[in-house]
Amino acid sequence: MAERARKSFSVRQLPGVTPITMACFAALYAPIVIIVIYSFNAGDSVALWQGFSFRWYAIAAENELVQEATVRSLVIALWASGISTVLATMAALGTTRTAKFPGSTFIYVMINQPLMVPEIVTAVALLIFFASIKVATGYSGLGYLILAHSAFCVPFAYLPIRARLEGMDRTLEIAAADLYATPWQTFRRVTLPLVLPGIVAGAMLAFVISLDDVIITEFVKSAGQDTLPTYMLGQLRRAVTPEVNAISTALLGLTILLLTAFFLLTGRGNDKKP
Amino acid sequence: MSEASGSLRTLEADAAARRIRRNWLLSLPALALLLVGASGPLLIVLVYSFLKPGDFSGVIWEPTFNAWFQILFSRDIFDDTIGLADAHLTIFWRSVRLSLSTTLITLLLGLPTAYFIATRSGRQRMFWLFLITIPFWTNLLIRTFAILEMLRNEGIVNNALIDLGVITEPLQILYTDTAVLIGMSYVYLPLMVLPLYAAIERLDFRLVEAGYDLYANRVQVFRRIILPIIKPGIVAGSILVFVPSLGAYVTPRVLGGGKNMMIGNFIELQFGQGRNWPLGASLSILLLFIVMAALLLYVRASSREEPHG
Repeated sequence: MAERARKSFSVRQLPGVTPITMACFAALYAPIVIIVIYSFNAGDSVALWQGFSFRWYAIAAENELVQEATVRSLVIALWASGISTVLATMAALGTTRTAKFPGSTFIYVMINQPLMVPEIVTAVALLIFFASIKVATGYSGLGYLILAHSAFCVPFAYLPIRARLEGMDRTLEIAAADLYATPWQTFRRVTLPLVLPGIVAGAMLAFVISLDDVIITEFVKSAGQDTLPTYMLGQLRRAVTPEVNAISTALLGLTILLLTAFFLLTGRGNDKKP
Repeated sequence: MSEASGSLRTLEADAAARRIRRNWLLSLPALALLLVGASGPLLIVLVYSFLKPGDFSGVIWEPTFNAWFQILFSRDIFDDTIGLADAHLTIFWRSVRLSLSTTLITLLLGLPTAYFIATRSGRQRMFWLFLITIPFWTNLLIRTFAILEMLRNEGIVNNALIDLGVITEPLQILYTDTAVLIGMSYVYLPLMVLPLYAAIERLDFRLVEAGYDLYANRVQVFRRIILPIIKPGIVAGSILVFVPSLGAYVTPRVLGGGKNMMIGNFIELQFGQGRNWPLGASLSILLLFIVMAALLLYVRASSREEPHG
């Protein structure tokens, strides 16, 4: 009894929680940290440290395949995030702040469908579909990849925009309409500036999702259309050099940069809410 | 009088019809894109699953149930007897077993982690949440590659074990089911923690306090008070981990090697070396239905729990 009284007792505490949590975070971050550290290894090994250097970054940057894959990844991600964000913004304007209407559930399910179907199934479906189009039209450019990426990016762009719209004050738009603004003027001068943080957040999310995609890209791409992730997947089959670490670290840096910006954008948006 | 209210009613009906038309017009481009780039092709897969495989790839347009039959059974090439397709069953069993184990491991590790985060206050909580979200958004391939590096024969894990004197020869962990299990648990842990955190965050600790006041010990409080309240979070997290695990492709391909296939890799095989597109199509539809059933179960379970929130 006496011993129990000496310890401070909190109803929130459960034994074992803190050590397991710390072990979890250590396990989550240790492998990533090791990847980053060995990307600066001067030697050829991904396990034996031989001094600090930027050697592998230089090698990756000079590798023509990596250069092409990087450009291709960025081109696809820019197109896909652009297209999906515009379409998702329109759909969000059509499906939020409105009473349920015939087909609204159907639209919602359709938009979120890429989140529910296993990616491998969509990948197979697109492989079959695009294969027959390729035969019929003879076109085998980046268009297929851009189309596929745009489609699965739609829900990721849609969700933050929808969240932003739902938290928005209706009265400003009503005031604009009262002051004889046309619907287009109201949208351009009032609605759009207010939703903009949501749109930017959605676009960035779509960009990251497109940049990271492996499975659908692997199935849809024609020969010689590797993106950075599919190039890496191909490399993992061979003896790996720290070049892959360098590419991973660069991608990781870009993702963290975009995500921090995303959190700042959506976080600021939340503060403004009453 | 009645005429005026009648015209008002038509005006309202007009406005409602215009609103619906506007909503549909705004949604239409996105729907068209998804129809071409995601949903529509699924129907083609369904059709292909009832066709005959072509000689090299593709299909021959002859209707047959053969592909669906082949999922479970095989016909002996010599005496035409029908037997169970053992190789297929092994792959299904491995997929289900590994997915369930992954769900269990992430639950056992994720529950304390989510509890820890949810019981922090203010800024600290945001910090830990941000730490759990970073791996969640990090490229799946990079995270799998990170595990690959850890588990190599000359990797950190083996080197540490040898340095500690636990083993003298490096363990062959890579390209086994264990490696796939470690990889999937690592990759999907954040998916378990986030819904669990959302459930624990809403937990009213006055109930816990009342339990202690009534002489319950820690185990009783956890089992009788905390566990029933956070059950929806446990269900949500389990589904969120189980569904992508079952359809996993990258992790088993990188960590499992060629022999330790899961359904996802087996589907790919049918479109590559296997040259049996209809079988790949029927397997895809089967996987899709299992996932949809799991999601439906989740929706029904969560709508029944709704009054709590």
